[in-house]
Amino acid sequence: MAVTFTPIASRPSPVKVTGFMPWVRRNLFNDWRSSLITLFVIGLVLYVLPGLANWAVFNSVVRADADACQAARGTGACWGVVTEKYRIILFGRFPYEEHWRPLLATSIMISGLVLSCIRYFWKPWLVIMWVGVLAVFFTLMGGGVFGLTPVRTDVWGGLPLTVMLATLSIFLAFPIAIMVALGRRSNLPAIRSVCIVYIELIRGVPLISVLFMASFMFPLFMPQGVTIDVLVRVVAGITLFAAAYMAEIIRGGLQAVSKGQLEAADTLGLSYWQTQRKIVLPQALAMTVPSMMGNFISIFKDTSLVFIVSLYELVGAMSLALNSDVNWRPFKIEAYLFITLIYFTFCIAMSRYSLWVEKQLSASKAR
Amino acid sequence: MSQESIIKFDKVNKWYGNDFHVLRDIDLDVAKGERIVVCGPSGSGKSTLIRCINRLEEHQQGHLTVDGIELTDDVKAIDKVRKNVGMVFQQFNLFPHLTVLENLTLSPMWVSNMPKKEAEERAMQQLERVRIAEQAAKYPLQLSGGQQQRVAIARALCLTPKIMLFDEPTSALDPEMIKEVLDVMVEMADQGITMICVTHEMGFAKAVADRVIFMDQGQIVEENTPEAFFNNPQNERSKDFLSKILGH
Amino acid sequence: MKHQQPPQKRAWSLNSRATRGIIFQALTLALVAAGVWFLWHNMQENMRIRGIESGWDFLGSTAGFDIGETLVEYHPSESYGKAIWVGVLNTLKVAVIGIVLTTLVGVLIGVGRFSRNALVRGLCYGYVELFRNVPILLQLLMWYLIFIEVLPPSNEAWNVAELFFLSKGGLAFPFPTEGVGQVLAGAGIGLVGAWFWRDRKQKQFELTGQDSNRIWGPAALVLIFAVAGWAVAGMPTNWSVPKQLVFMVDGGVAATPEFMAVLVGLVIYTAAFIAEVVRSGIQSVSAGQVEAASALGLNQKQNMKLVVLPQALRVIIPPMTNQYLNLTKNSSLAVAVGYPDVVSIANTTINQSGRAVECIAIIMLVYLTTSLSTSAFMNWYNQRMAIKER
Repeated sequence: MAVTFTPIASRPSPVKVTGFMPWVRRNLFNDWRSSLITLFVIGLVLYVLPGLANWAVFNSVVRADADACQAARGTGACWGVVTEKYRIILFGRFPYEEHWRPLLATSIMISGLVLSCIRYFWKPWLVIMWVGVLAVFFTLMGGGVFGLTPVRTDVWGGLPLTVMLATLSIFLAFPIAIMVALGRRSNLPAIRSVCIVYIELIRGVPLISVLFMASFMFPLFMPQGVTIDVLVRVVAGITLFAAAYMAEIIRGGLQAVSKGQLEAADTLGLSYWQTQRKIVLPQALAMTVPSMMGNFISIFKDTSLVFIVSLYELVGAMSLALNSDVNWRPFKIEAYLFITLIYFTFCIAMSRYSLWVEKQLSASKAR
Repeated sequence: MSQESIIKFDKVNKWYGNDFHVLRDIDLDVAKGERIVVCGPSGSGKSTLIRCINRLEEHQQGHLTVDGIELTDDVKAIDKVRKNVGMVFQQFNLFPHLTVLENLTLSPMWVSNMPKKEAEERAMQQLERVRIAEQAAKYPLQLSGGQQQRVAIARALCLTPKIMLFDEPTSALDPEMIKEVLDVMVEMADQGITMICVTHEMGFAKAVADRVIFMDQGQIVEENTPEAFFNNPQNERSKDFLSKILGH
Repeated sequence: MKHQQPPQKRAWSLNSRATRGIIFQALTLALVAAGVWFLWHNMQENMRIRGIESGWDFLGSTAGFDIGETLVEYHPSESYGKAIWVGVLNTLKVAVIGIVLTTLVGVLIGVGRFSRNALVRGLCYGYVELFRNVPILLQLLMWYLIFIEVLPPSNEAWNVAELFFLSKGGLAFPFPTEGVGQVLAGAGIGLVGAWFWRDRKQKQFELTGQDSNRIWGPAALVLIFAVAGWAVAGMPTNWSVPKQLVFMVDGGVAATPEFMAVLVGLVIYTAAFIAEVVRSGIQSVSAGQVEAASALGLNQKQNMKLVVLPQALRVIIPPMTNQYLNLTKNSSLAVAVGYPDVVSIANTTINQSGRAVECIAIIMLVYLTTSLSTSAFMNWYNQRMAIKER
């Protein structure tokens, strides 16, 4: 049944499938319901957008002029409140003339964070660099040396406070979380119980109650004559909170390392701690990076709660700035939008980074 | 063997997107009760070809008729065709949340409106046919790969289909389990059902197939009886392919 | 064959794993005990020196402060214990209503991510990204500000059909004054009947293979029994309808701006996370499952009901319960907008009575109970529904 075979060249499809018009037809107007929705949404946008643009851009007042803002009330946004108050919002009650210090300190810390995200810098000396960054940060903010005027910790505020609380807590929580995660998986019942109680206790209560506990009860735990700084209390509270969640994430990573790895290490004669340090933890931690990023984003957002214990990060600083100033108090919404933009930018950047890391990790796994 | 075609491809063309011409001018007649093996390098369109038969893929040009019904966008026609065409997948695709028995009775009960007792009797018959009746109460993930694929075959057979399609049924199995699945397929072939099988198992082709079809780059390059194809391939590309799979 | 005994264990040695384990644990426990004793001792000392009293007797003393909104009767002359109980009820109120609403919104948006219409897909994606990346506290404060700023004063409330009034004083809506209990009881009986109806339908389907609609019948049953309950109550027609008075809106049932701000903020924030959970649940069902089901002849609806949804729900329910827990815990932020939940009231109690340790313990106990019971339920659910593997 041999038929002479003539190869057929490839032809383009007679029905255009890709391209703008086919995409529009397939995605926006595929059936009558979909078309109705598309028209409705477009109509809504056209109805709302001009008004919104007018309010936010065209009629808005950008100068720091309270009277102009009052006059434009209802028709235009008062971005002047941001122009006028941005320094208090960003830096809290830090002395006005010394604002260059928190600015520099925050920039250094953010640079440190960005560097830590780049794979090239994942080397052992990163830890030393971080110790350096933190030292510089606290020197700049606290002062008292190198001719810098001392600034008490309870006037630190705004963006530096947010970034510092999030970063420091995660930094300190990390070793605690690893120990607790290992303890939870231990064969020794006493250690396992202690770790389980800690994790379930902290994960079962809201951060507010942990902050209350840190704020009210930690001073009571200290021996006679020892006072602890409000900042130390808050960092301790957030650290304890973060460590419990991170311990669960790390435990998930530890579980994912196959038993064969442990057995191989055993036959090679490695002790428990050597196995954990050299074989298990590196693999487990690499797998948990996306979840850890998610946790970092949560902690970053949760730092906004410290206003409850009278530390003035972004939200608290804004309330401070506006509640005391009658002229600008009516324009809280614009100030809120400003802070929303700051948080949104940071969080979106971190979540995009996290997605990128996930892709990198799965790429390394695909054959 | 009756001469009427139960499957007829008439200048069937398919594209993915605008430019990837995956099936080119396919003309193929499958007679009732015929057993066909489709082979070829990966990317040649063999899976796409059989997936067009039960409309898991749509063709853009040409006519494809199955059991007298032409396959178009008409949903009723597609439903009628699917009642007569059973398919076995490379990845088994058993429903993990249902027991083996429930996997088999799902379609008869919900599509053919069969009472539960009758559906279960038919299911047990099929399970005995593939020699796995004792696993009826287990869940798919509790079985080995070979057992799961045999359940998948039984599940397709519960529809009493006229045509059975196999899309690389043994490619995902460990070597020691391939034989048990191929044995079941050989038994089925002996019972007169029309079979189209995409596979690399050339031993199976030699034992069972009436026709071997070799595809490359979306076209049917050569079709012949197994002996003629394996011993005397006519085309350069066929020779090349055979040397690769038979040579190692 | 001679029955052999297993070899006797050797006497314990310092090098054996068992001994080392015991020593290690004993040391840890001793350390933990010492640490706890140290903290406890300091606390007692400090409290003695500062004159802070301890003990639970304060729960009986007069509270002396009023609470903005309560589910049960409360008067400032009642005890702290009663006040805290009112707080717990308020927390439960916003949590339960919040969970129901956020599930609805979250599921809609999660399913919307798969819509055929690109605009719907884009809007759902935008919603999730926007509300996930802004702190919940900020969202609560913004909603509260919007309600306070944008809503009209109580003497000129917006109204719909003279029945629903929206103003700075809150949302007032009509509510029946009698017969509610009987209607609910009737509906409850109807639900039980509906369950039996559906069970009968399932047996009928298995017997004959003919399936019929299982929604309208049971729904009608619930409705009929609810109406019967209303009839039993004497067919009351008295409703408390809000009316616009000179200075305020009176009558009906009112939801305060604080409650609305907390509810709306929590619902919209948590819905973004629930949408993601739903999306990943639906995506977790592999395409091959749908193909196999289609190849077997099942139509779209049957596909969803029999194959996709059962598998997707197993993946969705655990993280969804976690989000419900988060919503409950986040309701503690109500203190920032002045809604009197348990944290807010405990805070006031601490300020007045000075019993910080006890009050914090109460707060933690309330939330721990909720979390642990939800975890227990989740573990039970997981074990029951787990897809059985080797």
